[in-house]
Amino acid sequence: MMLKRLLPHKTQMLVLLRPGFLVGLAILLGSLALAIFPAAFAPFEPNAFNYSALKQPPSFEHWFGTDNLGRDTLSRVIWAYSVNMQMAFVATIFALVIGVTVGALVGYYGGIADAIFGRCVDAIITFPFLVLVIAVVAVLGPGLTNMYIAITLVGWVYYARLMRAEIMGQMANDYAAAGKVMGYSDRRIIFRHLLPNAITPVIVYWMTDMALAILLGSSLGYLGLGAQPPQAEWGVLIAEGRNFITTAWWLSLMPGIAIVLTGLGFSLVGDGLADLMRPRG
Amino acid sequence: MSSISYFISRLLQIIPTFLIVMVIIFMLVRALPGDPAIAMADAKATAEQLEQIRQRLGLNEPIWVQFGLFVKNTLTGNLGDSILLKAPVTEVIFERLPASGFLALYSVLFSLLIAGPLAFVAALNRNGWIDITIRSAFQIGLSTPVFYIGLILLTFLAAKMRWFPVGGYGATFWEHMHHLLLPALTVALYTSAIIMRNLRSSVIEVVDAEYVQFARAKGLPEHIILGRHVLRNALISTVTLLGLSIGNLMSGTLVTETVFAVPGVGRLMLDAIFARDYPLIQGLTLTFAVLVSIIFLLTDMIQAMLDPRLRVS
Amino acid sequence: MTETKTDFGTCPRLLEVSNLSTSFSAGTKQLRAVDDVSFHVNEGEVLGIVGESGSGKSITLRSIIGLSRRYGQVSGEVNWQGNNLVTMPERDLRKIRGKDIAMIFQEPMSSLNPLLTVGLQIGENLTEHTDLDKRGRKNRAIELLEMVGIPDAVNRLNDYPHQFSGGMRQRVMIAIALASNPKLLLADEPTTALDVTIQKQILKLILDLSKDLGMAVILVTHDLGVAAQTCDRLAVMYGGKLVETGNTREVLRAPQHRYTMGLLKSVPENIEPRTQLYSLPGTPPSLLNLPLGCAFAPRCAHAVDECSRAKPPLVGDAHQVACFNPVNQGQTPIGAA
Repeated sequence: MMLKRLLPHKTQMLVLLRPGFLVGLAILLGSLALAIFPAAFAPFEPNAFNYSALKQPPSFEHWFGTDNLGRDTLSRVIWAYSVNMQMAFVATIFALVIGVTVGALVGYYGGIADAIFGRCVDAIITFPFLVLVIAVVAVLGPGLTNMYIAITLVGWVYYARLMRAEIMGQMANDYAAAGKVMGYSDRRIIFRHLLPNAITPVIVYWMTDMALAILLGSSLGYLGLGAQPPQAEWGVLIAEGRNFITTAWWLSLMPGIAIVLTGLGFSLVGDGLADLMRPRG
Repeated sequence: MSSISYFISRLLQIIPTFLIVMVIIFMLVRALPGDPAIAMADAKATAEQLEQIRQRLGLNEPIWVQFGLFVKNTLTGNLGDSILLKAPVTEVIFERLPASGFLALYSVLFSLLIAGPLAFVAALNRNGWIDITIRSAFQIGLSTPVFYIGLILLTFLAAKMRWFPVGGYGATFWEHMHHLLLPALTVALYTSAIIMRNLRSSVIEVVDAEYVQFARAKGLPEHIILGRHVLRNALISTVTLLGLSIGNLMSGTLVTETVFAVPGVGRLMLDAIFARDYPLIQGLTLTFAVLVSIIFLLTDMIQAMLDPRLRVS
Repeated sequence: MTETKTDFGTCPRLLEVSNLSTSFSAGTKQLRAVDDVSFHVNEGEVLGIVGESGSGKSITLRSIIGLSRRYGQVSGEVNWQGNNLVTMPERDLRKIRGKDIAMIFQEPMSSLNPLLTVGLQIGENLTEHTDLDKRGRKNRAIELLEMVGIPDAVNRLNDYPHQFSGGMRQRVMIAIALASNPKLLLADEPTTALDVTIQKQILKLILDLSKDLGMAVILVTHDLGVAAQTCDRLAVMYGGKLVETGNTREVLRAPQHRYTMGLLKSVPENIEPRTQLYSLPGTPPSLLNLPLGCAFAPRCAHAVDECSRAKPPLVGDAHQVACFNPVNQGQTPIGAA
């Protein structure tokens, strides 16, 4: 029943046949396949040293070249897919759940809680996003888990703000008042009636946020605050290659292709969904 | 004057927000496990030095007194000493601000030069192939992390072609311009992608506005319609967008400074983190928040200047 | 209104529109907003184009002075002093637009540029179409504002549109339109966005100016009452086509098209108190999905077989109608008797 309400009109579904959306979807499915079955796609063992093929430029055998230890860069990039795809989900899902809950409650009850929430939002958006995340990582210490915590601590605000606005918009509708008159509990009104109607923009934002999470995660990896070195992660791979930028540029630049491609996949699908769920089509 | 009272009312609105900003920064260090005094001091600090820090932070007092002290210390510019650089935090930050400021302004200039004309061209050729090409290019730009854009420029234009230095800041104005060109371009490519996306739709909105139709019905030449009626109105949304993307711009400069080894506050922040220099981290976080607030305020003022509707209260 | 109307039938023709069509592409479909419309305006005359929203009347107006060009395809002929405005290059058309043919819009709120002073918005029109110097432009601007009844005009030139009330803004727009003494004023629902009392004032202003300046007016409105009070001749539009044209008194006394009849019945002024208001059944057709035959047929109680098969042509002499089964001459229109 909830799903039906989320689904838009039939003619709007045509958006899903647009080339942009299809390309995005293909990239995402491909990325997912690489993340789940890296061994099936990687041409080489990611950590196999090969001293006869050190720092080789991209070739037919090694598409992305090899590093200073002779490891195949493409294989390492493919093995990194699981970490980076995981980022898109893990770094956003907790922020989504917390933000939606807080936003719905604050939007529904209003009053003093809403006023305090408003000030907190103002305060948090006064920091550049990255600066606050980095500051939290500084306190918790670098690492993947702490990075997730930091992004969640800062990111939920954006979901909550969106959710609050949507809930307040929905409350202007008659059915919310009707629910109250009929004596439904607040919980029932919020989660059964208001939430399903208000969640669409949040879901759309979630898709863009996943793209951002990949960019942010790899940036923090590059800066040395996210995933830590022996782990194959795109940002980390690029940072490792940084030392060889004059002699072996491909070590740094090739892994970036994966970031751009995956980010593009998420944002193309996100745009498609946004068009699809926009109320007036 | 109404614009002064407007300015003051905006300033007053910021105070409660900033109090919460202070709470967040205050909590950052208190959230560290163990004694905050040890975190805030050099590892080799003597018991005497630790006691001094405890005194300054008021660690023996209740938490709200500590917060009061923190606010007082902040307002008087007493942010403690940097562990890494062994100098007062405020001094260190002020020393590093010019490079970051230069880079930020330089980037804004580039962003406007890139996003402005392209947004216009795209909006005026809506859904034509030019529009689609521009939008696709920016779509890719939005999916590219700043550090990666920086590395590409660094590799090819600085390391390979040797047109630009690989890092640093230089000493004179023209040296700054030369050293920071690639970093500024890096930040701008990213921020202009964000600005461009929104600017295009607001230009479209303005181009189709009734007052533009009316201007056309008056028989005005196209350059006056664009220059006087479209551009001025689109400028307001540009300023708004620039103001809103200031957070992105600062995040961008922070990363870019590390890629190009620019001696600014962004790079300092990372150095501070790896050195666990908490007084400096605290001071820098505060600095970023203050800068963003100032920019927000400036944006409001410029908007009020451009839009007569905002001037009358 | 009991005022006697001058007979403009003998006046020379000022504007002659023949077979004007305007279509826009909406996705894969072609949306025909104006479909083969022909009419004329005589010098000094007030012509009303009446129809529901979406009937194509505003687009007709905009197509006359080439404002629809950049959004869609316009074909047919708009004859203005021997020139065809439809094919005239933008550069030449610009010299006529705003000078000989001026236009005012529906929303005075959004049609004036919020960032520019009223003085500048009048002045730029004068810069373009007159040889007046700065001083002369200022004096003319004051004169225009006074002419449209804005009090204290001297001190209002530096004010911005938001500092005026809705009715005053519409007066400002009229002042801008009149800046270079146009021979024809195109008024697109000029009173719709205003309060009823102010509507009357603005209409009176337009009529007075038309009379004093000898300026012809095409008044587009959805309100038959407004048209009846102001216009010398009426053209009724439905689904992008003209369905009835003629002398206002003639059309109102003996409407021949069923749609005009329906419109007339739904004007509240003509009925006894406490009787139920008549309203046309159904809704206007979507321009994307026009029926094969008469666009009004699905809503018409008197449709005959032919109506769904072919589009009725506009026939007649002074009083034209496009209907296969028109109202009989003897029938009285208004629910009287």
